[in-house]
Parts: sequence; C-alpha cells; structure tokens
Amino acid sequence: MSDTGSESDEATERTALMDGHIAEARPDREIAERIARKKKTKSDTQRTYGVSNTNSVEQNDGGGSSGPSRPGPSGPNPPQPTEPQIEELELKYGARHVIKLFVPVTLCMLVVVATISTVSFYSVKDVYLAYTPFHEESPHAVTKVWNALANSMILLCVIALMTVLLIVLYKKRCYKIIHGWLILSSLMLLFLFSYLYIEEALRAYNIPMDYITLGFVMWNFGVMGMIVIHWKGPLRLQQAYLIFIAALMALVFIKYLPEWTTWAVLAVISIWDLVAVLTPKGPLRILVETAQERNEPIFPALIYSSTVMYCLVGTTTTGEGTAGEGRAAARPASGADGDGGFDAAWAARRDAGRDPGRDSGRDPGRDSGRDPGRDSGRDPGRDSGREARRLRVDGTQPANYTTRVERVAPPPPPPPDMEEEKGVKLGLGDFIFYSVLVGKASSYGDWNTTLACFVAILIGLCLTLLLLAILKKALPALPISITFGLIFYFATRGVVKPFADALAAEQVFI
Amino acid sequence: MTFAEFFSCSLLAFGPPLVMFAMTIANDPVRIIIMIAAAFGWLLSFLLSSLVWFAVVPLRTYLVFGMVFAIIFQELFRYGMYVLLRKTEAGLKEISENHEIGSNKLEMAYVSGLGFGAMSGAFALVNVLADSVGPGTLGLHNGTEYFFVTSAAMTLCMILLNTFWSVIFFSGLDDKYYPKIVWVVGSHFFVSGLSLLNRNELYAATIIPSYIVLIVTAYLAYRSAGGTGRSFLQSFSSRIE
Repeated sequence: MSDTGSESDEATERTALMDGHIAEARPDREIAERIARKKKTKSDTQRTYGVSNTNSVEQNDGGGSSGPSRPGPSGPNPPQPTEPQIEELELKYGARHVIKLFVPVTLCMLVVVATISTVSFYSVKDVYLAYTPFHEESPHAVTKVWNALANSMILLCVIALMTVLLIVLYKKRCYKIIHGWLILSSLMLLFLFSYLYIEEALRAYNIPMDYITLGFVMWNFGVMGMIVIHWKGPLRLQQAYLIFIAALMALVFIKYLPEWTTWAVLAVISIWDLVAVLTPKGPLRILVETAQERNEPIFPALIYSSTVMYCLVGTTTTGEGTAGEGRAAARPASGADGDGGFDAAWAARRDAGRDPGRDSGRDPGRDSGRDPGRDSGRDPGRDSGREARRLRVDGTQPANYTTRVERVAPPPPPPPDMEEEKGVKLGLGDFIFYSVLVGKASSYGDWNTTLACFVAILIGLCLTLLLLAILKKALPALPISITFGLIFYFATRGVVKPFADALAAEQVFI
Repeated sequence: MTFAEFFSCSLLAFGPPLVMFAMTIANDPVRIIIMIAAAFGWLLSFLLSSLVWFAVVPLRTYLVFGMVFAIIFQELFRYGMYVLLRKTEAGLKEISENHEIGSNKLEMAYVSGLGFGAMSGAFALVNVLADSVGPGTLGLHNGTEYFFVTSAAMTLCMILLNTFWSVIFFSGLDDKYYPKIVWVVGSHFFVSGLSLLNRNELYAATIIPSYIVLIVTAYLAYRSAGGTGRSFLQSFSSRIE
C-alpha cells in the first residue's frame, strides 16, 4: 500500500548525501580566484594590464604556462602552484554549507518536537502498523528486547526489499513507474497525512473549523505542494514543503512504532545506511553511481537541496562537455576581473548557457524528457556565447588552471553544471530519522534529553559534512549522528537527568 | 498567569544571550559551528560529572560533591576548547569565507564561552521553565514565589559569567598570565558555592554577590580583550557596526 511506498521511498533515498564530486567539480572558483589573487599579488598586477600581455605574463608567472593563452588549455600545467590551490579550494567547501543544513534540520526537529509536546495524538499508542507485529505488551524487559529486535528486522527487510526494487526499476529505466510511485506517495503525504495532522492539531487546540474551509485549505496546500516538489517553484517554498513532509513522516514513525522498537529501528537503519552506501555492492551506492553515470539527478521529492539544482547536462553529448568547460572557464574569468568583468561575462554566459524555458531559473530539470529540447535550444546560443567568453578566458592565469581542474574531472560525464553557489544535499530520510530521534526523546517530557540529542545530532552532521568535504564522495548521513544521538539519549536520560533535576530543585548552579 | 511567568523568566534568562547570538554570531557560519561545538563540549563535561555523581551513590544527596567535580570538569573542557581552537585556527580560516576570522584572538574565546554558557543555562533552566507553564505554580502552598525568578536571574548570571570566563581564560593562557586562570576557577567555585545557600531561600545573599562577581568579571574580560575606557565611550557615540 502507499503507506509502504511512502515510508520506504523516504527510506531508500534518505542516505543520498551526495554532494560528493558532483558539486566538487565546480569547486568555488570565485573563492579560488580570491585566494589566487591574494597569493599571487605580483602576477596579479601584471595580469590586469590586459589581454595582450598574456604571453609574457604567463611566462613570468611561476605557475604560468598552460602554453600560449588559448582558451582550451593545452599541455599540462606545472602542478606546483596549482596543487596547493586545489587543496585549498577543496577544503573551502565548508562552514556556509554546514549552516545550510543545520537550519532545515533544526526546523524539522522543531516542528516535530512542537507537535509532540502539544498534540497528544502522536504520543498515544493505539494502533500499530502491520510491519511491527510484536507489540511489546509484556512486562518483562527481555521479551520487549526481542520484540523490538524482531520488529526492526522485519522493517529492515521491507526497506531493503523496496530499495532493491527501486534500484532494479531505475536500472531498467522504468522512469514512469518510479515517478508514478513517487507521485502517489507524495500525494498521500500531502493530502491524507496532512489532513490527519491538521485535524489533530485543531482538536488539540480546540479550534472549530468547518469542512468547507478545511477542504479549501487542504486542496490548495496539497496541490501547491505537489507542484513545488515535483515541478517548478520558489526554492524556499520547496524546502518548506520538504521539511514539512519529513516532519509528517517522522510523526508517523513516532506514533506507530512501539517504544523500544523505535530505538532498535534507529540503530538498525543507521547500520543499514552505512552498509548500503559504502560497500561496493550496496544498493544505494549502485543508485548513486548509476545516476552519476547517466548524469541525472536522483529522484525529485526525496532530496533536500540547499540551492537550486540546474541539471543542464541532462544528456551526455560531447557538445555539452565542451560547453561545460567553456561555461566553467568563463566563471573564473569573470571572478578574476572584478565586478565589472563579472557582469559582462555573466551576461554572456547567461545568454549562451541558459535554457530559454527556464525563465525563473528554477527548474532542476529532472524530467529527462525535457532535456533534448533544452539542449537544442541552447546550442546556437552557446557557440556565440563561447566566443564572447573566449576573450575573457585568455586574459587570466587562474582560468587556465581552473580549466585544467575541470579536465581532471572524470572525462565521460561532464559534470552537471550547477548554479553560482555550490549547494549541499541531504536525503529526506535523514531528516526523518533525526526528527524521529529528537521527537521520541521529547515525548518523555524531559527537555534536557531533547536538547542533548539535538546538539549531538548537529555535531554528528557537522562531522559528516567535514568527512564529506575531505573524502568527496557520497556518504551516509545517518550513522554518526544517530550514534551520537542514541548515546546521548541513553546517557542523559539515565545519568544526567537525575543530576540536573537535583541541581535545579535546590537551585544550585554549577 | 503561568504563561506570563514562563515568558518573563525565559526572557530574563535567555534574552541577553539571544541578542548576543543574533548580533554577533548568527551571521557567521564558523562562529555558529564553534558555538555548537562548545555547547557539545559543555555537554560532555556535564555528562562526565553526572557519571561521577551517579557512581558515588552515598554522596548523591550532598550536591557539593557533584558540584565540585562539575566545576573541575567544566574548567578542564574549557581548557580543551582552548587547545582545540588554537590548533584548528588555520583550518577555520580555510573553511570560512570571512578571512578575518582569526584576527581577533579572543573572538573564538567569546564564541565558545557563549556556547558553554548557553548550554549550561539551558540545562539549568529549561525543565524549570517547562514546569512554570503548567497548572499551578510555586509559592501558593509550598515553596517561595520567587523560585522561578531567582532561578532565571541566576541562570542569566551563569551564562554571562561563562562567556566572560572563557575570554579571561583564553587570554590568560595566551599571555601565560596565570592569575587570570586563578580568578576564573576561583570565582566559579565562589559563585557556585554561594548558590548552595539557595536551598535556604537566602536569595539576597546569593544573587547580589554573584552579580557583583559578574560585573568584576565583565570588566576583567573587557580589559583582556583590549578594551579601554575610551573605546567603551566610543562604542556609544559612533554607529559603525
């Protein structure tokens, strides 16, 4: 049933924390430019004296020669001056992106915690899912433990089965079925679960509302959600909807899983995440690699992205490849020339490189059917734009080395082009399980435990992103955070809570 | 009435730190991360001290014992944050787009102190605040009606003190001027020891000296960070932010 569909959908995609080298391929060249400018002050002044001096400039420059300043870089650059910059700009992917994930994760947790504390419906256990046949009704701890483990194993098998099914469908390119499945599950989340949520919230706050208003509100809410998640829409709105449906799923988990099962499921899912993403034959790794080979984004509606993802390179044509390089090379040129140059080069790039259909510039371009049209529309513009850009590319030393960095990227798939800002992506399943942990911790009423789990999860996310910045491949986002969260949950609940309560009761401040 | 109490106590305790966060930390990602890392550090220190308190079962009712270990662990973790921040200063410059991040040496001390203080204050007060919303309040039948307000006031004192203590502590370690460290540890013991009198509801005897220590510590932190009387007056006159 679609309940299965929705939760396993989220579950299958949750681990695709796949900023990886898709984003790294265009590693913040403006910032690289800034470093380059700061470091090579002498060559900077020489460089700004104009296009004509490029030959001498490049020979004077220690890092200089990507040969004669032709835009397409020939010959290998001497790696010494460029290597440290490449090292630097790989670490540059950093603090800003961590915050871009902190904020939505925090918001999702806030929604879940707020709901759990005010709407008692989600803390009441009356009905259970079919996947958890053991209801932990025995008073003995041992029985509860094996109940919990059995339930979590059943859930894990269901999730694994659904993941494998999804991978098979994806590999066989049955996109219509996958899209249909996703649309069905997000329909269910946006209409049915949201209706239940609003009904319980109205009941908890004792607010009367007639069905007509409710129907109107729900219809608009649901349809807007479907449009924004599966098609185009303002970025913030899409992010808000994704956060909300992640929170809804987390609430469903908190309500319908028995107590100890929830914790067992969290532990088991993080181990599954680790296995599925990191082992060579893991299903999620296969998914990520297949998507990268085909240069397609992973399914919409299951990934939270902090910037708009333009997958211009929907098809892998060689024209795209050079355009990608040309486009990428133009950007450092623009950066190095300062703001004035930036505008011109940016305008040139925009004319040439943008899809005319993407006027608002918002479409992540997920529909593969749309790509051919976009490519053809772009080709004529691209050539003229590239010529316009060629002049820029000549004049700047860093452009050469950064174009070389582009070359270094794996040749077959030209890296999908991204917007100005490199964004970071987190699977919705990660949101869901983080919120399940914090929501469950808050359902026991102790706010110290909730806070401790919250901080632990954020620190785990920080560490995961740090690892991502260093290792630059798809990483599971669940294990570190959930481990920290679980450790701190049990430690705080068992040991810290009594101490803190004793201190607060006596008003002793440490 | 309980909602009024809840809001007033929460704003009293967390208002100034929230404003400090919003004005100085919220727009710089690295500072936010440092602050959360410092909060995590405090959490670890509190976890360790709770373990000690929990382990020594017979002394559980004597909070002095737990308190002493809590203070020791907190200062150890403050030192740990110092070592961590000094060692990773270069790395922080890398991941930050704000290239002046390491320019003021005590900037990170302030941020980590605020993180410490915020977590300490949150752990001290948040359950009390949650109870203050609930039906009923203290002072009607049992207890004193000043319970929530004094808890909130002491929490504010501790949050600000933690911030200033970190600044003084880091400055003392940087300049190898150990009287500063002695002041930090000593005043921490003094203020926490004073709060032991709260169980006898001698609030005047605990809050007033604590705030005096806060003012002195604030002055010391200001001087450690390089402030002078003139710069203080200048901060009021000019609008440069």
